[in-house]
Amino acid sequence: MMEVETEPPKQTGTAVERSSDGSVLSGPLLELAEVSKSYGEGAAQVLALRSVSLVVERGDYVAIMGQSGSGKSTLMHILGCLDVPSSGSYRLSGGNVADLSEAALADVRNRQVGFVFQQFHLLPRISAWRNVELPLIYAGVRQRSTRRQRAEQALAAVGLADRVDHRPTQLSGGQQQRVAIARALVTDPDILLADEPTGNLASDQADELLSIFDTVHELGRTVVLITHDPDVARRSQRQVRIRDGRIVSDATTRP
Amino acid sequence: MSWIELVRGALDGLVERRSRSALTVLGLLIGIAAVILTVGLGEGAQAQVGSAISALGTNMLIVTPGSTSTGGVSGGLGSASTLTLADAAALGSTTDCPQISRVAPVTQHTAALAAGVNNWTAPVVGTTSAYLSIRNRQVVLGRPLTAADVQRQAHVALIGTQVAQNLFPTSRAVGRSVEIDGVPFTVVGELNPAGSSANANEDNLVVIPISVAEGLFGSRGPNAQSLSQILLSATSSGNMSSAYQEAETLLLELHQLPSSSSADFTITPQTSLLATASSVSKTMTVLLASVAAIALLVGGIGVMNIMLVSVSERVQEIGLRKALGATPGMILRQFLVEATLLGLAGGLLGVGLGLVGSLVLPALLHAPIVISIPAVVGAVVVAVGIGLCFGVYPAARAAHLSPIDALRSA
Repeated sequence: MMEVETEPPKQTGTAVERSSDGSVLSGPLLELAEVSKSYGEGAAQVLALRSVSLVVERGDYVAIMGQSGSGKSTLMHILGCLDVPSSGSYRLSGGNVADLSEAALADVRNRQVGFVFQQFHLLPRISAWRNVELPLIYAGVRQRSTRRQRAEQALAAVGLADRVDHRPTQLSGGQQQRVAIARALVTDPDILLADEPTGNLASDQADELLSIFDTVHELGRTVVLITHDPDVARRSQRQVRIRDGRIVSDATTRP
Repeated sequence: MSWIELVRGALDGLVERRSRSALTVLGLLIGIAAVILTVGLGEGAQAQVGSAISALGTNMLIVTPGSTSTGGVSGGLGSASTLTLADAAALGSTTDCPQISRVAPVTQHTAALAAGVNNWTAPVVGTTSAYLSIRNRQVVLGRPLTAADVQRQAHVALIGTQVAQNLFPTSRAVGRSVEIDGVPFTVVGELNPAGSSANANEDNLVVIPISVAEGLFGSRGPNAQSLSQILLSATSSGNMSSAYQEAETLLLELHQLPSSSSADFTITPQTSLLATASSVSKTMTVLLASVAAIALLVGGIGVMNIMLVSVSERVQEIGLRKALGATPGMILRQFLVEATLLGLAGGLLGVGLGLVGSLVLPALLHAPIVISIPAVVGAVVVAVGIGLCFGVYPAARAAHLSPIDALRSA
C-alpha cells in the first residue's frame, strides 16, 4: 500500500515518474498488455475483456468503437482507473496501475484522467463553477479564490465564460456537457476520456462539442473517445473496434 | 480537503434534501428537548423538595415515640406513647445535652374550629415558644407564642394562613376569637405561608400552648397526655450527630432501657429526610430521563435511516465524486459531516425548544423546571455524538461503493 497525499505539489503514490518540469520521462502514455476482465464467479462468470493489448501514445486521438455489450465500457473503466484488470498489466505513464491502492487510484483519476460521461453527471444544485472546482477540492487546492479562478479559466476554454454562476438545470444539454469537459480538464490531466459524450445531445450540439474535443487534441492532450457512432469516430485519428471483449481492428486514418 | 469544504459540501447535500433533513432534525430535536425538560423537571423537583424540607427547620431532630423495630416486631413510628413532658424537660438541660439548643414538646390533635358562622377542621399543635424557631416559622401578623402564655395557660392561638382564610374570610384574624372544640381562644398571631411539605400542609395549622392543650384534649384517651413529638434543634448543623447521641443516651437512661436496639423512640435527623426525599426525586429523574433517552435513540436511528436513504439516492453522485478523484476517506468524511450536522442542528434546536418549554411548562404543570448549563451542553454533545455514531455505517457504505457500479446505475 502506498501513502497518498492530497497536497498538490506532491506526486507520490501515483507510480508515475516525472521529470522536474512535470513531463513524463519515457514510454507510451497508456499501455495495456494482455488485459482480461471478468465479472462474477463460476458458471455465472462473464468475460468482458479477453486479452486486450493496446498502446496509446501521448497526443493520440483515439476512438474506441463497439456495440453495447462489446466490452468498450469496461475498457474505458480500466483506462480511467475506475476498475482494475483481472489479469494482464496496465501501465499509465509507465506506472503499473495494478500496484495501486484505492486511494492512490483516486489520486490518478484526479490528476491524470479527465472523464466525460454520456449523462453529464453534474451536481444539479450547485453552480457551473462549483461543479468544475470539485476535482480541485479533491486535489487539495485550499484557496477558494484559486479554485474559482481555475474553474473560470476552464469554463472560458469551453466557451462558457458567461455561464459560470448558472446551475446545470439552467443550461442546455450541450452547455452541460461543456461544463463536464471543463471539469474534466481543470486539473490539467494527461488524458481526456469520454464515454459516448454526444449520446444525449442533438446533432448541432454534438458537432459543437466534437469541435471542442478537436481543439483539446490540437492543444496537445490525449483524447480517448468511446462511441458506437461512426460519424463521431471519424473525427479521431485512430479507430479501435472492439467486439466480444476483443480488439478486432485498429486503424490509423490520419497521421 | 479542508473542513470548510467538507461542511460546505455537506450543507449542499442536506439542503438538496431539505424536507427530509428537516424531519430528521425534528426527530432529534424532540428527543433532545425531552431529555432537557425531564432532567430539568427532576432537578426542579429536587430543589423544591430540598427547600421544603429545609423549611421544616434548621438543624432539626425529631423524636417520635415507638421504634421501627421492637423485639423483632416492627412497630412503626408513633405506635407507642412513651414520650412525656419530663423527657422534653430533661432534653432541655444544658448540662446533659450541651449540643441541643432548643427543645419543643409537641402534641397534635385534630379539632373542630369555629369562628362566628364559619367552621373548619385543622390539626391543633400544643407546644412551647421554641416550636416556631425550631420549625423555622415566622409570625407575619400579631405576635408569637411566649413562655408566659405556656406558664399562664393562656387561651391564645396562632393560626396558619389556610385556617385564617377559612375562619376569617373577610376580616383580620388577629384579635378575634376562635372556638377549638367549643373552647374559646384569642387569635394572637398569623403564621407565614409555608406551603406543603412532604407529609403535611403547613398552612392548615393551629398552634396553642401545650399546657392548654393538655387540659383540652386530656379527656380523649389514655394516650392523650403523651407527646406526639419532641422537636430538638442542634447548636449547629455540624453538631447534629452529637446532639443525636446526647438525646439518645438521655432518653434510654430516662426510660431505663439498656441499649439503642430496645429503644421505644425514634430520632430522625432532618438531613435524613432530605436524603430520602432527594433520592426519591433522583430516581424519578433517572426514570424520566431514560424514557427521554429512548426518544433520543429513536432520533438517532432516524439519522441512520435518512443517511442510508441519502447514500442509496446518491450512488451516482458518489461514483462521480470518486471518478473525479475523491478517496474513500473523503467520501466517508463527507457523509459523516452531513450526519454530524444533522445531529448538531437537532441538538441546538432541541435546546431551543427545551428552553421555550422550560418557560411555558412550569405554569401548566405547576412544577418548577431548572435548566442547568451542563444539561444543555451535554444534550448538544450527545446529539452531535448521535449524528456521528449513527452516521458511521451509512458513511462507510458510501465510501466503499465501487465507482463503476455507482456510475452505471443511471
